[in-house]
Amino acid sequence: MENMNNKEYQKYVEQKIPKPTYAKNMLFAFIVGGLICVFGQIIGNILSNYGLNKEKVAAGTSIILVFLGAFLTGLGVYDKIGKIGGAGAAIPITGFANSIVSPAMEFKKEGFIFGVASKMFNIAGPVLVYGVGSSVIVGILYLILTKGG
Amino acid sequence: MALKRIGTQTVKLSNPPSIISTASIVGPKEGEGPLKDYFDVILEDDLWGQDSFEKSEAKLQEEAIKLAIQNADLSPNQIEYLFSGDLLNQITSSGYAARQLAIPYFGLYGACSTMTESLSLGAMIVDGGFADKVVCATSSHFSSAERQFRFPLEYGAQRPFSSQWTVTGAGATVLSSTGKGPYITYVTTGKIQDYGLVDANNMGGAMAPAAIDTISQHFKDTGYNPEDYDLIITGDLASIGKSILLDLMKKAGYDLSKNYTDCGVKIFDNVKQDTHAGGSGCGCAAVVFNGYIYKEMVKGNLNRVLLVATGALHSSTSILQDESIPGIAHAVTIDNMVF
Repeated sequence: MENMNNKEYQKYVEQKIPKPTYAKNMLFAFIVGGLICVFGQIIGNILSNYGLNKEKVAAGTSIILVFLGAFLTGLGVYDKIGKIGGAGAAIPITGFANSIVSPAMEFKKEGFIFGVASKMFNIAGPVLVYGVGSSVIVGILYLILTKGG
Repeated sequence: MALKRIGTQTVKLSNPPSIISTASIVGPKEGEGPLKDYFDVILEDDLWGQDSFEKSEAKLQEEAIKLAIQNADLSPNQIEYLFSGDLLNQITSSGYAARQLAIPYFGLYGACSTMTESLSLGAMIVDGGFADKVVCATSSHFSSAERQFRFPLEYGAQRPFSSQWTVTGAGATVLSSTGKGPYITYVTTGKIQDYGLVDANNMGGAMAPAAIDTISQHFKDTGYNPEDYDLIITGDLASIGKSILLDLMKKAGYDLSKNYTDCGVKIFDNVKQDTHAGGSGCGCAAVVFNGYIYKEMVKGNLNRVLLVATGALHSSTSILQDESIPGIAHAVTIDNMVF
Protein backbone atom coordinates (compact mmCIF):
# COMPACT_ATOMS: atom_id res chain seq x y z
CA MET A 1 0.00 0.00 0.00
CA GLU A 2 2.90 2.34 0.85
CA ASN A 3 4.24 2.33 -2.70
CA MET A 4 0.87 3.20 -4.25
CA ASN A 5 -0.20 6.80 -4.70
CA ASN A 6 -3.81 8.02 -4.87
CA LYS A 7 -3.94 7.97 -8.68
CA GLU A 8 -2.51 4.47 -8.93
CA TYR A 9 -4.92 3.17 -6.31
CA GLN A 10 -7.95 4.81 -7.98
CA LYS A 11 -6.95 3.28 -11.31
CA TYR A 12 -6.50 -0.12 -9.69
CA VAL A 13 -9.93 0.08 -7.98
CA GLU A 14 -11.56 1.13 -11.25
CA GLN A 15 -10.65 -2.18 -12.88
CA LYS A 16 -12.04 -4.12 -9.88
CA ILE A 17 -15.55 -2.71 -10.39
CA PRO A 18 -17.76 -4.87 -12.59
CA LYS A 19 -18.71 -2.96 -15.75
CA PRO A 20 -22.39 -2.12 -16.22
CA THR A 21 -24.09 -4.40 -18.73
CA TYR A 22 -24.61 -1.61 -21.29
CA ALA A 23 -26.14 -3.69 -24.11
CA LYS A 24 -28.65 -5.39 -21.79
CA ASN A 25 -29.48 -2.07 -20.06
CA MET A 26 -30.09 -0.33 -23.40
CA LEU A 27 -32.28 -3.16 -24.67
CA PHE A 28 -34.41 -3.16 -21.48
CA ALA A 29 -34.61 0.65 -21.47
CA PHE A 30 -35.80 0.49 -25.12
CA ILE A 31 -38.42 -2.15 -24.36
CA VAL A 32 -39.74 -0.61 -21.11
CA GLY A 33 -39.65 2.99 -22.43
CA GLY A 34 -41.18 1.82 -25.70
CA LEU A 35 -44.00 -0.02 -23.94
CA ILE A 36 -44.82 3.06 -21.86
CA CYS A 37 -44.95 5.16 -25.03
CA VAL A 38 -47.09 2.58 -26.86
CA PHE A 39 -49.45 2.59 -23.91
CA GLY A 40 -49.58 6.40 -24.08
CA GLN A 41 -50.37 6.16 -27.79
CA ILE A 42 -53.23 3.75 -27.07
CA ILE A 43 -54.67 6.19 -24.52
CA GLY A 44 -54.27 9.01 -27.07
CA ASN A 45 -56.08 7.00 -29.77
CA ILE A 46 -58.94 6.15 -27.42
CA LEU A 47 -59.30 9.81 -26.42
CA SER A 48 -59.36 11.01 -30.04
CA ASN A 49 -61.98 8.36 -30.81
CA TYR A 50 -64.12 10.14 -28.24
CA GLY A 51 -63.82 13.21 -30.43
CA LEU A 52 -61.29 15.24 -28.39
CA ASN A 53 -59.13 17.68 -30.37
CA LYS A 54 -55.35 17.33 -30.60
CA GLU A 55 -54.58 19.66 -27.68
CA LYS A 56 -57.06 17.97 -25.36
CA VAL A 57 -55.80 14.50 -26.35
CA ALA A 58 -52.22 15.53 -25.41
CA ALA A 59 -53.35 16.95 -22.05
CA GLY A 60 -55.61 13.98 -21.31
CA THR A 61 -52.90 11.43 -22.15
CA SER A 62 -50.38 13.20 -19.88
CA ILE A 63 -52.86 13.38 -17.03
CA ILE A 64 -53.65 9.67 -17.25
CA LEU A 65 -49.97 8.65 -17.52
CA VAL A 66 -48.97 10.87 -14.58
CA PHE A 67 -51.79 9.36 -12.53
CA LEU A 68 -50.69 5.82 -13.41
CA GLY A 69 -47.04 6.61 -12.59
CA ALA A 70 -48.07 8.00 -9.20
CA PHE A 71 -50.48 5.13 -8.56
CA LEU A 72 -47.90 2.46 -9.35
CA THR A 73 -45.39 4.28 -7.12
CA GLY A 74 -47.91 4.17 -4.29
CA LEU A 75 -48.45 0.45 -4.84
CA GLY A 76 -44.69 -0.13 -4.70
CA VAL A 77 -44.49 -1.31 -8.30
CA TYR A 78 -42.79 1.56 -10.13
CA ASP A 79 -39.43 1.11 -8.40
CA LYS A 80 -39.38 -2.45 -9.74
CA ILE A 81 -40.16 -1.19 -13.26
CA GLY A 82 -37.36 1.37 -12.80
CA LYS A 83 -34.90 -1.31 -11.73
CA ILE A 84 -35.46 -3.19 -14.98
CA GLY A 85 -36.09 -0.30 -17.33
CA GLY A 86 -33.57 2.28 -16.07
CA ALA A 87 -33.78 5.41 -18.20
CA GLY A 88 -36.63 3.80 -20.14
CA ALA A 89 -38.74 4.08 -16.99
CA ALA A 90 -37.25 7.38 -15.74
CA ILE A 91 -37.56 9.58 -18.83
CA PRO A 92 -41.26 9.17 -19.76
CA ILE A 93 -43.70 11.33 -17.81
CA THR A 94 -44.55 8.34 -15.57
CA GLY A 95 -40.96 8.50 -14.27
CA PHE A 96 -41.41 12.16 -13.49
CA ALA A 97 -44.49 11.29 -11.42
CA ASN A 98 -42.47 8.60 -9.65
CA SER A 99 -39.70 11.08 -8.80
CA ILE A 100 -42.23 13.40 -7.10
CA VAL A 101 -44.48 10.86 -5.40
CA SER A 102 -41.69 8.68 -3.96
CA PRO A 103 -40.09 11.42 -1.80
CA ALA A 104 -43.55 12.73 -0.88
CA MET A 105 -44.40 9.27 0.51
CA GLU A 106 -41.03 8.76 2.13
CA PHE A 107 -40.95 12.07 4.01
CA LYS A 108 -44.55 12.05 5.27
CA LYS A 109 -43.14 11.12 8.70
CA GLU A 110 -41.58 14.59 8.93
CA GLY A 111 -45.02 16.22 8.54
CA PHE A 112 -46.98 17.74 5.68
CA ILE A 113 -45.05 21.03 5.53
CA PHE A 114 -41.38 20.22 6.20
CA GLY A 115 -41.77 16.61 5.07
CA VAL A 116 -44.10 16.06 2.12
CA ALA A 117 -44.20 19.60 0.71
CA SER A 118 -40.57 20.56 1.11
CA LYS A 119 -39.03 17.18 0.13
CA MET A 120 -41.43 16.47 -2.75
CA PHE A 121 -39.19 18.17 -5.31
CA ASN A 122 -35.91 16.74 -4.01
CA ILE A 123 -35.34 14.75 -7.19
CA ALA A 124 -37.63 16.53 -9.68
CA GLY A 125 -36.60 20.03 -8.56
CA PRO A 126 -33.39 20.23 -10.62
CA VAL A 127 -35.29 18.96 -13.70
CA LEU A 128 -37.89 21.71 -13.25
CA VAL A 129 -35.32 24.46 -12.61
CA TYR A 130 -33.17 23.65 -15.63
CA GLY A 131 -36.12 22.64 -17.82
CA VAL A 132 -37.97 25.89 -17.22
CA GLY A 133 -34.69 27.86 -17.24
CA SER A 134 -33.55 26.52 -20.60
CA SER A 135 -37.01 27.04 -22.15
CA VAL A 136 -36.81 30.72 -21.14
CA ILE A 137 -33.42 31.04 -22.82
CA VAL A 138 -34.67 29.31 -25.98
CA GLY A 139 -37.72 31.63 -25.91
CA ILE A 140 -35.54 34.74 -25.74
CA LEU A 141 -33.31 33.47 -28.57
CA TYR A 142 -36.39 32.71 -30.65
CA LEU A 143 -37.74 36.21 -30.06
CA ILE A 144 -34.41 37.84 -31.06
CA LEU A 145 -33.92 35.64 -34.13
CA THR A 146 -37.48 36.04 -35.44
CA LYS A 147 -37.44 39.84 -34.89
CA GLY A 148 -34.06 40.04 -36.62
CA GLY A 149 -35.39 37.95 -39.51
CA MET B 1 4.21 4.74 31.41
CA ALA B 2 1.83 2.91 29.13
CA LEU B 3 2.77 -0.66 30.04
CA LYS B 4 0.11 -2.33 27.93
CA ARG B 5 1.13 -0.78 24.61
CA ILE B 6 3.00 -2.87 22.09
CA GLY B 7 4.23 -1.47 18.81
CA THR B 8 2.75 1.75 17.53
CA GLN B 9 -1.01 1.14 17.43
CA THR B 10 -1.75 -1.93 19.53
CA VAL B 11 -2.68 -2.56 23.14
CA LYS B 12 -2.18 -5.99 24.74
CA LEU B 13 -4.78 -6.39 27.44
CA SER B 14 -3.23 -7.82 30.60
CA ASN B 15 -6.60 -8.56 32.23
CA PRO B 16 -8.50 -9.58 29.09
CA PRO B 17 -12.24 -8.99 29.47
CA SER B 18 -14.50 -11.93 28.77
CA ILE B 19 -17.43 -11.80 26.41
CA ILE B 20 -20.16 -13.23 28.63
CA SER B 21 -23.08 -12.86 26.27
CA THR B 22 -24.20 -11.40 22.96
CA ALA B 23 -27.43 -10.68 21.13
CA SER B 24 -28.29 -10.14 17.50
CA ILE B 25 -31.54 -9.00 15.92
CA VAL B 26 -31.96 -8.80 12.15
CA GLY B 27 -34.52 -7.76 9.57
CA PRO B 28 -36.46 -10.10 7.26
CA LYS B 29 -33.93 -10.01 4.39
CA GLU B 30 -30.96 -10.84 6.65
CA GLY B 31 -33.14 -13.58 8.14
CA GLU B 32 -33.32 -15.22 4.73
CA GLY B 33 -29.55 -15.07 4.23
CA PRO B 34 -26.93 -17.79 4.72
CA LEU B 35 -26.40 -16.94 8.44
CA LYS B 36 -30.07 -17.06 9.43
CA ASP B 37 -29.61 -19.84 11.99
CA TYR B 38 -27.19 -17.77 14.04
CA PHE B 39 -29.42 -14.78 14.85
CA ASP B 40 -31.39 -14.52 18.10
CA VAL B 41 -34.36 -12.64 16.64
CA ILE B 42 -35.48 -12.32 13.02
CA LEU B 43 -38.11 -9.63 12.38
CA GLU B 44 -41.03 -10.30 10.10
CA ASP B 45 -41.61 -6.61 9.48
CA ASP B 46 -38.75 -4.12 9.45
CA LEU B 47 -40.92 -1.35 10.95
CA TRP B 48 -41.38 -3.57 14.02
CA GLY B 49 -44.65 -1.88 15.02
CA GLN B 50 -43.08 1.61 15.00
CA ASP B 51 -44.31 4.49 12.89
CA SER B 52 -40.94 5.31 11.29
CA PHE B 53 -37.78 3.44 10.26
CA GLU B 54 -35.71 5.61 12.59
CA LYS B 55 -37.86 4.60 15.56
CA SER B 56 -37.64 1.00 14.44
CA GLU B 57 -33.83 1.21 14.40
CA ALA B 58 -33.74 2.68 17.92
CA LYS B 59 -35.97 -0.18 19.08
CA LEU B 60 -33.69 -2.70 17.34
CA GLN B 61 -30.70 -1.40 19.26
CA GLU B 62 -32.53 -1.13 22.58
CA GLU B 63 -33.91 -4.66 22.32
CA ALA B 64 -30.53 -6.08 21.28
CA ILE B 65 -28.88 -4.47 24.32
CA LYS B 66 -31.63 -5.70 26.66
CA LEU B 67 -31.45 -9.20 25.21
CA ALA B 68 -27.66 -9.35 25.59
CA ILE B 69 -27.93 -8.23 29.23
CA GLN B 70 -30.71 -10.76 29.84
CA ASN B 71 -28.66 -13.53 28.18
CA ALA B 72 -25.94 -12.80 30.76
CA ASP B 73 -28.49 -13.11 33.63
CA LEU B 74 -27.92 -9.49 34.52
CA SER B 75 -30.14 -6.43 34.69
CA PRO B 76 -29.39 -3.03 33.11
CA ASN B 77 -28.54 -1.45 36.50
CA GLN B 78 -25.61 -3.85 36.86
CA ILE B 79 -24.01 -2.52 33.66
CA GLU B 80 -21.54 0.30 34.30
CA TYR B 81 -21.10 1.67 30.78
CA LEU B 82 -22.81 1.48 27.44
CA PHE B 83 -20.74 2.16 24.31
CA SER B 84 -22.82 2.48 21.19
CA GLY B 85 -23.27 4.26 17.90
CA ASP B 86 -25.03 4.10 14.56
CA LEU B 87 -25.14 5.70 11.10
CA LEU B 88 -27.90 8.26 11.45
CA ASN B 89 -27.33 11.97 11.94
CA GLN B 90 -26.30 12.73 15.54
CA ILE B 91 -26.41 8.95 16.22
CA THR B 92 -30.03 9.23 17.29
CA SER B 93 -30.78 5.48 17.26
CA SER B 94 -28.16 5.03 19.99
CA GLY B 95 -29.25 8.07 22.00
CA TYR B 96 -32.89 7.04 21.96
CA ALA B 97 -32.01 3.43 22.81
CA ALA B 98 -29.85 4.63 25.72
CA ARG B 99 -32.69 6.90 26.90
CA GLN B 100 -34.71 3.79 27.74
CA LEU B 101 -31.90 1.94 29.49
CA ALA B 102 -30.51 4.28 32.17
CA ILE B 103 -26.93 3.03 31.76
CA PRO B 104 -24.02 5.56 31.78
CA TYR B 105 -23.60 6.09 28.04
CA PHE B 106 -20.76 6.94 25.65
CA GLY B 107 -22.07 7.67 22.15
CA LEU B 108 -19.63 6.77 19.38
CA TYR B 109 -19.46 7.57 15.69
CA GLY B 110 -17.24 5.30 13.66
CA ALA B 111 -19.76 4.66 10.88
CA CYS B 112 -19.65 0.95 10.08
CA SER B 113 -16.51 0.47 12.22
CA THR B 114 -18.55 1.14 15.37
CA MET B 115 -18.72 -2.52 16.48
CA THR B 116 -14.96 -2.80 16.95
CA GLU B 117 -14.64 0.81 18.09
CA SER B 118 -17.08 0.06 20.93
CA LEU B 119 -15.45 -3.31 21.68
CA SER B 120 -11.99 -1.63 21.74
CA LEU B 121 -13.05 1.07 24.19
CA GLY B 122 -15.19 -1.26 26.28
CA ALA B 123 -12.36 -3.81 26.53
CA MET B 124 -9.80 -1.17 27.54
CA ILE B 125 -12.14 0.26 30.20
CA VAL B 126 -12.68 -3.19 31.72
CA ASP B 127 -9.01 -4.15 31.42
CA GLY B 128 -8.00 -0.90 33.09
CA GLY B 129 -10.18 -1.63 36.09
CA PHE B 130 -12.66 1.18 35.46
CA ALA B 131 -15.65 -1.13 35.17
CA ASP B 132 -16.61 -4.78 35.63
CA LYS B 133 -19.50 -4.99 33.18
CA VAL B 134 -19.99 -2.97 30.01
CA VAL B 135 -22.14 -3.32 26.92
CA CYS B 136 -20.93 -2.54 23.38
CA ALA B 137 -23.58 -2.17 20.71
CA THR B 138 -24.45 -0.79 17.30
CA SER B 139 -27.24 -0.88 14.74
CA SER B 140 -28.18 0.05 11.21
CA HIS B 141 -31.40 -0.10 9.21
CA PHE B 142 -31.64 -0.38 5.44
CA SER B 143 -34.58 2.00 5.13
CA SER B 144 -33.37 4.70 7.52
CA ALA B 145 -29.94 4.66 5.85
CA GLU B 146 -31.40 4.79 2.33
CA ARG B 147 -33.42 7.90 3.08
CA GLN B 148 -30.48 9.66 4.71
CA PHE B 149 -27.78 8.72 2.20
CA ARG B 150 -29.55 7.78 -1.04
CA PHE B 151 -32.97 7.86 -2.71
CA PRO B 152 -36.53 7.33 -1.45
CA LEU B 153 -37.44 3.63 -1.29
CA GLU B 154 -40.11 3.82 -4.00
CA TYR B 155 -37.92 5.79 -6.44
CA GLY B 156 -37.15 3.70 -9.50
CA ALA B 157 -33.36 4.08 -9.58
CA GLN B 158 -30.87 1.42 -10.63
CA ARG B 159 -28.12 0.47 -8.19
CA PRO B 160 -24.57 0.13 -9.52
CA PHE B 161 -22.87 -3.28 -9.22
CA SER B 162 -20.38 -1.84 -6.72
CA SER B 163 -23.13 -0.68 -4.36
CA GLN B 164 -23.80 -2.46 -1.08
CA TRP B 165 -26.94 -3.26 0.85
CA THR B 166 -27.24 -1.72 4.33
CA VAL B 167 -27.96 -4.43 6.86
CA THR B 168 -31.07 -4.06 9.02
CA GLY B 169 -29.86 -5.32 12.34
CA ALA B 170 -28.42 -4.62 15.75
CA GLY B 171 -25.88 -6.47 17.83
CA ALA B 172 -24.79 -6.12 21.44
CA THR B 173 -21.94 -7.66 23.43
CA VAL B 174 -21.60 -7.82 27.23
CA LEU B 175 -17.97 -7.65 28.43
CA SER B 176 -17.04 -8.64 31.95
CA SER B 177 -13.89 -8.58 34.05
CA THR B 178 -14.60 -12.21 34.96
CA GLY B 179 -15.83 -15.04 32.79
CA LYS B 180 -14.78 -18.10 30.88
CA GLY B 181 -14.25 -16.47 27.51
CA PRO B 182 -13.98 -15.84 24.69
CA TYR B 183 -11.67 -12.98 25.65
CA ILE B 184 -10.63 -9.77 23.96
CA THR B 185 -6.84 -9.90 24.08
CA TYR B 186 -5.53 -7.26 21.65
CA VAL B 187 -6.85 -3.95 20.40
CA THR B 188 -5.35 -2.32 17.30
CA THR B 189 -6.73 1.14 16.63
CA GLY B 190 -6.72 2.27 13.03
CA LYS B 191 -5.61 5.50 11.37
CA ILE B 192 -7.71 7.20 8.70
CA GLN B 193 -6.73 6.18 5.18
CA ASP B 194 -7.97 8.22 2.25
CA TYR B 195 -6.88 7.47 -1.29
CA GLY B 196 -9.11 10.10 -2.82
CA LEU B 197 -12.07 7.90 -3.80
CA VAL B 198 -15.27 9.96 -4.15
CA ASP B 199 -17.80 7.33 -5.24
CA ALA B 200 -20.25 6.68 -2.39
CA ASN B 201 -21.43 3.65 -4.35
CA ASN B 202 -18.07 2.00 -3.90
CA MET B 203 -17.49 1.86 -0.15
CA GLY B 204 -15.46 -1.33 -0.31
CA GLY B 205 -12.82 0.38 -2.45
CA ALA B 206 -12.75 3.43 -0.17
CA MET B 207 -12.39 1.42 3.05
CA ALA B 208 -10.05 -1.37 1.93
CA PRO B 209 -6.84 0.70 2.44
CA ALA B 210 -7.81 1.33 6.09
CA ALA B 211 -8.36 -2.40 6.69
CA ILE B 212 -5.06 -3.23 4.96
CA ASP B 213 -3.21 -0.67 7.07
CA THR B 214 -4.75 -1.80 10.38
CA ILE B 215 -4.26 -5.54 9.72
CA SER B 216 -0.63 -5.08 8.60
CA GLN B 217 0.05 -2.87 11.61
CA HIS B 218 -1.54 -5.48 13.89
CA PHE B 219 0.85 -8.13 12.56
CA LYS B 220 3.86 -5.81 12.94
CA ASP B 221 2.91 -4.75 16.48
CA THR B 222 2.09 -8.23 17.80
CA GLY B 223 4.51 -10.32 15.77
CA TYR B 224 1.65 -12.57 14.68
CA ASN B 225 1.16 -13.93 11.19
CA PRO B 226 -2.04 -14.65 9.29
CA GLU B 227 -1.65 -18.38 10.19
CA ASP B 228 -1.99 -17.53 13.88
CA TYR B 229 -5.66 -16.83 13.30
CA ASP B 230 -8.53 -19.22 12.56
CA LEU B 231 -10.38 -16.36 10.95
CA ILE B 232 -9.59 -12.80 9.93
CA ILE B 233 -12.80 -10.99 9.08
CA THR B 234 -13.40 -7.40 8.00
CA GLY B 235 -16.65 -5.52 8.60
CA ASP B 236 -18.22 -4.52 5.31
CA LEU B 237 -15.71 -4.38 2.47
CA ALA B 238 -18.03 -6.70 0.50
CA SER B 239 -16.87 -8.50 -2.64
CA ILE B 240 -14.91 -5.66 -4.27
CA GLY B 241 -13.16 -4.57 -1.07
CA LYS B 242 -12.40 -8.18 -0.16
CA SER B 243 -10.69 -8.81 -3.46
CA ILE B 244 -8.67 -5.57 -3.14
CA LEU B 245 -7.60 -6.51 0.38
CA LEU B 246 -6.48 -10.01 -0.63
CA ASP B 247 -4.49 -8.61 -3.57
CA LEU B 248 -2.73 -5.83 -1.74
CA MET B 249 -2.03 -7.82 1.44
CA LYS B 250 -0.36 -10.44 -0.74
CA LYS B 251 1.80 -7.72 -2.29
CA ALA B 252 2.71 -6.64 1.25
CA GLY B 253 3.82 -10.22 1.99
CA TYR B 254 0.78 -11.54 3.87
CA ASP B 255 -1.17 -14.39 2.31
CA LEU B 256 -4.72 -14.22 3.68
CA SER B 257 -6.34 -16.41 1.05
CA LYS B 258 -6.94 -19.33 3.46
CA ASN B 259 -8.59 -17.69 6.46
CA TYR B 260 -9.89 -14.29 5.43
CA THR B 261 -13.43 -13.21 4.64
CA ASP B 262 -15.73 -10.25 5.13
CA CYS B 263 -18.97 -9.86 7.12
CA GLY B 264 -20.58 -8.14 4.11
CA VAL B 265 -19.80 -11.20 1.99
CA LYS B 266 -21.05 -13.68 4.62
CA ILE B 267 -24.39 -12.09 5.47
CA PHE B 268 -26.15 -12.20 2.09
CA ASP B 269 -26.25 -14.50 -0.88
CA ASN B 270 -25.46 -11.72 -3.36
CA VAL B 271 -26.81 -13.57 -6.37
CA LYS B 272 -30.07 -14.86 -4.88
CA GLN B 273 -30.76 -11.82 -2.72
CA ASP B 274 -29.74 -9.20 -5.33
CA THR B 275 -27.47 -7.34 -2.92
CA HIS B 276 -24.82 -6.51 -5.56
CA ALA B 277 -21.40 -6.29 -3.82
CA GLY B 278 -22.73 -7.39 -0.41
CA GLY B 279 -23.82 -6.08 2.97
CA SER B 280 -22.76 -2.90 4.73
CA GLY B 281 -23.72 -0.74 7.70
CA CYS B 282 -22.85 -0.83 11.39
CA GLY B 283 -25.26 -3.72 11.80
CA CYS B 284 -23.32 -5.87 9.33
CA ALA B 285 -20.25 -6.49 11.49
CA ALA B 286 -22.48 -6.33 14.60
CA VAL B 287 -24.80 -9.20 13.72
CA VAL B 288 -22.13 -11.33 12.02
CA PHE B 289 -19.92 -11.02 15.10
CA ASN B 290 -22.59 -11.31 17.80
CA GLY B 291 -24.43 -14.02 15.90
CA TYR B 292 -22.14 -16.15 13.77
CA ILE B 293 -18.60 -15.59 15.10
CA TYR B 294 -19.45 -15.62 18.81
CA LYS B 295 -21.52 -18.78 18.53
CA GLU B 296 -18.86 -20.55 16.48
CA MET B 297 -16.26 -19.57 19.10
CA VAL B 298 -18.38 -20.88 21.96
CA LYS B 299 -18.77 -24.16 20.07
CA GLY B 300 -15.00 -24.27 19.65
CA ASN B 301 -15.09 -24.26 15.84
CA LEU B 302 -13.15 -20.99 15.88
CA ASN B 303 -10.61 -20.27 18.59
CA ARG B 304 -8.84 -17.12 17.50
CA VAL B 305 -10.46 -14.41 15.43
CA LEU B 306 -9.30 -10.99 14.26
CA LEU B 307 -12.39 -8.84 13.81
CA VAL B 308 -11.73 -5.69 11.79
CA ALA B 309 -14.84 -3.52 11.36
CA THR B 310 -14.43 -0.89 8.66
CA GLY B 311 -16.04 2.54 8.38
CA ALA B 312 -16.42 5.25 5.75
CA LEU B 313 -16.44 8.59 7.53
CA HIS B 314 -18.10 10.76 4.90
CA SER B 315 -21.53 12.40 4.97
CA SER B 316 -24.06 13.13 2.24
CA THR B 317 -22.99 16.80 2.46
CA SER B 318 -19.25 16.07 2.16
CA ILE B 319 -19.88 13.93 -0.94
CA LEU B 320 -21.83 16.77 -2.63
CA GLN B 321 -18.90 19.08 -1.86
CA ASP B 322 -16.55 16.70 -3.74
CA GLU B 323 -14.70 15.59 -0.62
CA SER B 324 -13.17 12.14 -0.82
CA ILE B 325 -14.16 9.29 1.53
CA PRO B 326 -11.96 8.80 4.62
CA GLY B 327 -11.76 5.13 5.63
CA ILE B 328 -11.12 3.71 9.10
CA ALA B 329 -10.68 0.21 10.48
CA HIS B 330 -10.26 -0.99 14.06
CA ALA B 331 -9.15 -4.51 14.94
CA VAL B 332 -9.76 -6.61 18.04
CA THR B 333 -8.39 -10.08 18.70
CA ILE B 334 -10.88 -12.48 20.24
CA ASP B 335 -9.37 -15.57 21.83
CA ASN B 336 -10.90 -18.64 23.42
CA MET B 337 -7.74 -19.07 25.49
CA VAL B 338 -5.69 -16.51 27.35
CA PHE B 339 -1.93 -16.95 27.28
